Formats: sequence, structure tokens, C-alpha cells
Amino acid sequence: MSAPPTIARVGLTGLLVSFGSAMSEPANRAALAFRTAVEAEDWPEVSETMMSLVSVFVAVDLVTAPAEEIEARLREVLARQDWYAAELPSGRTLWHVPTVYGTDLAPQLEEAAEVAGLDPDEAIRQLSTARVRVLTLGFAPGQPYLGELPEVWNIPRQQGLTKSVPRGALVTAIRQLIIFTGPTPTGWRHVGQTAFRNFNQQAEVPFALSPGDELVFPAIDRAAFDKLSAPNSYGAAEREVIA
Amino acid sequence: MSGALTILSAGPALSLQDLGRRGYLAKGLTRGGAADLRALHEGAALLGQAPDCAAIEMMGMGGTFEADVDTVIALTGAEMAATLDGAPLIWNASHALSAGAKLVIAGVRAGTYGYLHVAGGFDTPPEMGARSAHLTAGIGALLQASDSLPIEASHARPGLFLTPEGRLSGGVIRMVLSFQSALFSDATRARFGETVFRRDPRANRQGVRLDMAGDGFHAEGGLSIVSEVITPGDIQVTGDGAPYVLMCESQTTGGYPRIGTVLPCDLPKVAQAPAGAELRFQVVSLEEAIAAETRARAEIKALPSRIARLVRDPHDIADLLSYQLISGAVSAAADPFATTGEQP
Repeated sequence: MSAPPTIARVGLTGLLVSFGSAMSEPANRAALAFRTAVEAEDWPEVSETMMSLVSVFVAVDLVTAPAEEIEARLREVLARQDWYAAELPSGRTLWHVPTVYGTDLAPQLEEAAEVAGLDPDEAIRQLSTARVRVLTLGFAPGQPYLGELPEVWNIPRQQGLTKSVPRGALVTAIRQLIIFTGPTPTGWRHVGQTAFRNFNQQAEVPFALSPGDELVFPAIDRAAFDKLSAPNSYGAAEREVIA
Repeated sequence: MSGALTILSAGPALSLQDLGRRGYLAKGLTRGGAADLRALHEGAALLGQAPDCAAIEMMGMGGTFEADVDTVIALTGAEMAATLDGAPLIWNASHALSAGAKLVIAGVRAGTYGYLHVAGGFDTPPEMGARSAHLTAGIGALLQASDSLPIEASHARPGLFLTPEGRLSGGVIRMVLSFQSALFSDATRARFGETVFRRDPRANRQGVRLDMAGDGFHAEGGLSIVSEVITPGDIQVTGDGAPYVLMCESQTTGGYPRIGTVLPCDLPKVAQAPAGAELRFQVVSLEEAIAAETRARAEIKALPSRIARLVRDPHDIADLLSYQLISGAVSAAADPFATTGEQP
């Protein structure tokens, strides 16, 4: 059962519509669909919107726009449908991102497999065929939180931090994957390496991904990875539109 | 005529800043821009230009600068020792900078972030709609010796002065409760309001850590809170119980609970508080916050009307010979225009 959505004030800068107090697939889907609906309303008071894992931030200058009035409008949109049962929006992008699993490029694949109770080959089979969705972007520009992996991947963060993993690293914890935007210290385990670029400020569209996009990470070998050229500004990846 | 301002030597944390980038929150990029937005407006008022002109932000210390065209500069924000070809310059004022003259901006005297504005603004190519360096996102970079920034020759009016709103030494910071405040017990919030904090030396454009005597502050839910939106001014409490005020280059989301949010108009005071300065937090109601913010915006709008002449231009003085000119000399060390309560 999903709790009813709540609306709260965020300082003087907007309102937060929250669909849960913990990450869940229906709450994330609700936030994705609700944000799309609020964007479509195109209210002049709303300067931007963003979704985090289970909520939607609606940026409004509460110094000049009354919070009650914006809240009433948001409630009206909330009442239109059961957002937890919302369909995923169409027109999203499916990305195929070639990935090297393990090797010196991604040295924690075996450790992660062991924590998950899988042998390394099975771990690679599962990770390279899982189709995951961008649950939210954040922490660094364009950086996706991807999920959800099968329950067996509900593994904790490691106790210590890895000092730095490179740009394009594929890391995992708590049934999620992240592709890192830049070199990052992390408690997540480095299981794969991609040539993907989340963010390229020189590109016409600087951010590759949007919330709701889906990704798969097919396995390639080390030799193929070394030969990868970057056919477009986001690094080696192919994409197709999800109808 | 187009020219350049060249940095001959640079302090450790110089960067180009403007009002920052809006509209990218959903992509994981916070606004960035000047740590003290008010200083940007003051510089724009002194030079009679739009507040979105880019200026050089100088944390702690400045550098040595030289232009290859005649221009006019303004100095705002944290007060720094400045000289032009050896002659001291007054802060919060506009000054002529002739081609080839050496502008030296040394260490900070009060506050943290000083600003060097130039007439017309620095004309670097915008990236994603702004010229600001966003250091944590990897957009742009710190400025270094031998960097040259494009400028235009200008005859904007030098010798103008502004008495800034005092904000360089910490003090009482107003905050409102926000969507996670209720995660902290009434007793914890009351203690937060009574605590005298000091700005930790570990502070940057991402966040300002606050030190205090006594126990840390902890939310009831502990650390298992789902990541939520961060806005600049949020006061986040990390695992060890120490609060951070999140600043212009914070992350867009975070999993540590926020006890409240600093009013935007008081955020420059947090940015400018020097290491060790005392900060206290006072919760105000939404109505009071809106009133304070509305007042602050009106003050910023009125800045151009508060510009004064620093030294009278001889052309404007009809009876020049009757003036005892030497008593009009000013020194950068003793600020004759400062109002009470604003001394560092």
C-alpha cells in the first residue's frame, strides 16, 4: 500500500510533493509522471521542477507567490489520477552502454558478486542483461541513479571509501547502479567501466540522460573497450526511442 | 576598443562569477554563481550596469592585475587591501584603471569573498547561459596567473562610493523551518537556536561548516532518510551532528536531514563570515521571512540611488580655489564612510 502524497514547503523557494518516505518503484514512477504533468501545466510562477527518488520539487518564489494557492493547484493535479499506478511516459530513450565487467578497469566485480552470493559469471550475466531506469539525476551534473536491480543486489555500501573511481565507472549498492560523471570517492562497489559521459558542457545538449530513460549495459571485453571510439558527445553508446 | 585584463599573480581561489545558472536542477546542477550575490549588485550599481555582468570573486586574497585598455573597476564584498600603482584604493568604490597601471589586491581585512568588477563585465564566452565557474561541477576553473579576460574600453564613472549593508563579521542569521525540520525534536531545535556557532575554516562555495561547544544535533529518523532536494541556505546536519549551511555550489539532493533554511537575504552574511566568526540562528515565521526578503529586494533595487561621490570631481566644483583640498584625502585603512556597527 502506498501512503497518500504529501505537500510541504521548501524554505522560501518552492513546494515538495512527496510520494513516499523511502525509495520504491511505484513512488518513483508516481514522481516521474507527476513531474511531467506539472511541467505540462506551464504555470508562470513555476521556474523549474525536479524529481528526486520519490518526490517532485516545484520551484516557486514564495516571496511573491502565495504558497497556499500553488499548493491548491498541485492538489488539483494530484486528485486527477492514482499517480502510483501511472504509466511510464512515452518518448523516453533506451541507451545501450557497452561495459567491461571486472578486470583492472573495474576491480570490485568479484567482491560485489560475493556479497550478493553469486559467482562472477552469473553476476556479469545479471548486470549485463538488467534493464534499469534513471530513478533520478543528482549529486553531480547529469549523474544517474539507476534501478532497480533484482533483490539479490540489495547489497550494502562498503564500510570504507574507495579513494577515487574514474569517470564512466559503473558502481552498485542497494539494488541501484550509478555511472559516475567525474572521478569520485565512493562507498559503492566498482563493478564495470564504461566510456559513457553523463555531462559534457561543450555539447549542444550538455546532459545525456533524463529521469525515466532506460539503460542496459551489454558486456564487452577489454580489447573491444580499448578500441571504443566515441561516436557522439556522450561516449560510446547507442540509443533508441521507447515508444 | 577591446582589450583584456591580465592576471599577473593570483591568490589561491579566484574565479569568474555571475548570477549563476538556473533551470538545471533536474539535471543535477545547482545554480552556482557569486557566493555573495549582494556584492554583485553593488558592483553593478557602482558601474551603472546590469547585475548579470561577470566579476572576479576572490576568496581570502586577491592578486595583481593589469589592463591593456583604459577602463573603470569597482571593488565590493569582503574588504581587501588594494593599491593602484602603489596608491591605496578605497573599497566599495569605483576607480579608473588606466592601461598599464598595476592593481594589487592583497589579503582580506574583513569578510571572506571580495569582488573585482570591470565596466561592461568580463566578456568571456558563456557556457550553458552563464560565465560563472561552477567548480564542483567542473564547469570553468580557478583563475591563474597569466590568464587574460576580455574586456571593453570604458569611460564609466570612477570615484563613486556605496555604503554596503554590513555583513562581513557574522552575527544573527534568520532562518525558516523547512520540510525536514520536524525530524528534529522541539528540544533539539530550541538548543540549536540557543547555540553560538563559529564558522569552521573548512568552508567553501559548497558549504560552510559550523563548529560549536557541546553535543551535535541529531534527527529522530537518524540517517535513513531518503535523498531529497537541497536548496542554497539549507542547514544540513551530517552524521557527526555538525551543521553545514549549504551554499551556491551544493549538490542538488542530499540524504542528511535539514533543520531549516537561511533566508536568501541573510545568505551573504553566512558566506562572508570569516573563519572563527560567531553565527547564531533565529527562526522567523513565514510572514516575517517574506517581509524581510521583500525589504532586501527593494534595497537592492534602490542601490543605484544610494551611490555617492567619493572625491568630488574638480570639474564639478565651481569655486575650486576656495577648497582646502588636502583634507579631502582618504585612506583605504580608515574608512570615513563606514556607518556604525559595520567595522570588522
